[in-house]
Amino acid sequence: MDEALLRAVVPGVIGVLRRRGADFAAAEDAVQDALVEAVRTWPDDPPRDPKGWLVAVAWRRFLDAVRADTSRQRREVVVHDEPAPGPGTEVDDTLQLYFLCAHPSLTPASAVALTLRAVGGLTTRQIAQAYLVPEATMAQRISRAKRTVSGVRLDRPGDVGTVLRVLYLVFNEGYSGDVDLAAEAIRLTRRLAAAIDHEEVAGLLALMLLHSARRPARTRPDGSLVPLAEQDRGLWDTRLAAEGVDVLQAALARDRLGEYQAQAAIAALHADARTAAETDWVQIVEWYDELVRLTGSPVARLNRAVAVGEADGPRAGLAALSELDPALPRHAAVAAYLHERDGDLGTAARLYAEAARSAPNLAERDHLTRQAARLNTLLRG
Amino acid sequence: MAKYLLLKHYRGAPAAVNDVPMDQWTPEEVTAHVRYMEDFAARLEGTGEFVDGQALSPQGTWVRYDGEGRPPVTDGPFAETKDLIAGWMVIDVDSHQRALELAGELSAAPGAGGRPIHEWLEVRPFLGAAPTVTE
Repeated sequence: MDEALLRAVVPGVIGVLRRRGADFAAAEDAVQDALVEAVRTWPDDPPRDPKGWLVAVAWRRFLDAVRADTSRQRREVVVHDEPAPGPGTEVDDTLQLYFLCAHPSLTPASAVALTLRAVGGLTTRQIAQAYLVPEATMAQRISRAKRTVSGVRLDRPGDVGTVLRVLYLVFNEGYSGDVDLAAEAIRLTRRLAAAIDHEEVAGLLALMLLHSARRPARTRPDGSLVPLAEQDRGLWDTRLAAEGVDVLQAALARDRLGEYQAQAAIAALHADARTAAETDWVQIVEWYDELVRLTGSPVARLNRAVAVGEADGPRAGLAALSELDPALPRHAAVAAYLHERDGDLGTAARLYAEAARSAPNLAERDHLTRQAARLNTLLRG
Repeated sequence: MAKYLLLKHYRGAPAAVNDVPMDQWTPEEVTAHVRYMEDFAARLEGTGEFVDGQALSPQGTWVRYDGEGRPPVTDGPFAETKDLIAGWMVIDVDSHQRALELAGELSAAPGAGGRPIHEWLEVRPFLGAAPTVTE
C-alpha cells in the first residue's frame, strides 16, 4: 500500500465531505475512520481509485454517525437539502485546512496534532507514538482542538505565519517513533508551497531541506551527536541541499526577507563549505544580524555570538556573549566552546560540566559530558 | 508478573564504590557507560520485561497550592534537598528476586577506569490492581 499517496488525498476527501454539508469536525472524524479502515484492508484488497474509495467509505461513516445521533435528526435533513457551497478546488480545500488546523485559538501542541491528522493524514495512533503519549490522550487532544475551531468560518484566508510555526514545530521536534516527523513536515510544507505563493513558505521549505541534508552526518550509529564542524560532509545529501538552495534563491529574489529565509541562508552557507574551515563566517554573522533584527530572538543572539567567535576570534565571541542573559538555554555550552577556543581549558571544562547539568535532552547531555571529560583528560595530561 | 521501579539518584543514595563524577572520566568511558545502559534496556525489551525508562534533569521546582484564585507558590530548587532522582526504569518481571537481579546488573554499568560503578539503586514494587480471586 502506498501510504504517502493515501495521506496525500486526505485533505481533498475532507473537502468533498464538507462541500456535501458535513461540518469540519464530523468530516474529519469520518475520514479518520475511513483511513483506519484503509490501513486495515488495502494491503490485501487495494482499490483502483483510492480517493474515490475514501470518499465513499468516509461519507458512509458520516451518514452512519449522523443517523446514530437522533438529536441530530434535523441536521440530517439540512445536510441533504443544503446545496454544495460553491465549486471549491482541491487547492482551496488543502489551504483552508492548513489555516484551520493552525488557528491562533489552538495551543501549539493541539495545532500540531490536528495538522498531522487532518492535513497529514496520520492516524491518532501514529501521532501518539511520535510524541510518546498514550493514544487516548492524543485522541482527546485532537477532539478538544476540533471543538475549539468548530465555530471558525473557513471563508477567509488565515495567517501564513501561524501555519509556518506549526510546521516548524513538527520538523524540529520530530525524531522519535515510527513516523519520521521531519520528513512529514517537509511533505506538508512542500504541499503548502505548491498551494500558496509566499516567500516565507519557500524560506521554511528551504530551511527544512538544508537541515535534512545534514541529517545523515548529525549522529553516529550509536545515536551520539556530531557537532557541525566535525561532521563528515561527504555524508550530506547534496541533492536535498541543492534543492534547498534553489528554493531559497527564488525566495530571496523577491526581496521580502523573513526569519525563515534568514535561517535558511545561514544553513545554505554551511552547505556551501566543503570543509568546516572554508565556512564563510563573516557572511553568517551578517545573516544573524538580520535574524536578530527580524526577530529579536535571544536564541538568535546566542548563535550570533558563536558565529562572531568564528569570524573575529573567541574573545570577540565572548564579548558578544557577555551582553546576553546567562540564564538563556545553552548559554553555558556556548561559553564553554568559546573559552576552549580561547585556550582556557579549565574554565571550558567547568562550563561544559555545568552545561551538561542543564542540557534539555539526553543526546546533548551525553555530548556535553564527553566534552567536559575530554578536556579534563587533557588537563590531567 | 509484577512491576518494579528501579530508581537512580543524583543525590541521596549511599556513595557508590567507584564514585567519580562523570566529567572526570575519559570520553571513551562515558561512551561505554551510555552504551551499557542502552544495551541493558534493549536486552530487557528482548526478554519482554522492559516497560519504560526516563532520565530527569536535575533542575526541579517545588510547587504548592496557595488558596482559591491565587497562583501556586513555587520554591527551589534547594541545593540541600537530600533526595534528587536522576531517572528510572520500570520493569515487569516474574519475581522480586528477578527485579533485584536486574537492578544488580544495572548497577554494574562501567564508570571511571572502565570498572563497574557499583551504584546503589532503589528497587520499589508498584502497588498494582487488586486480583480477581481474593480468597
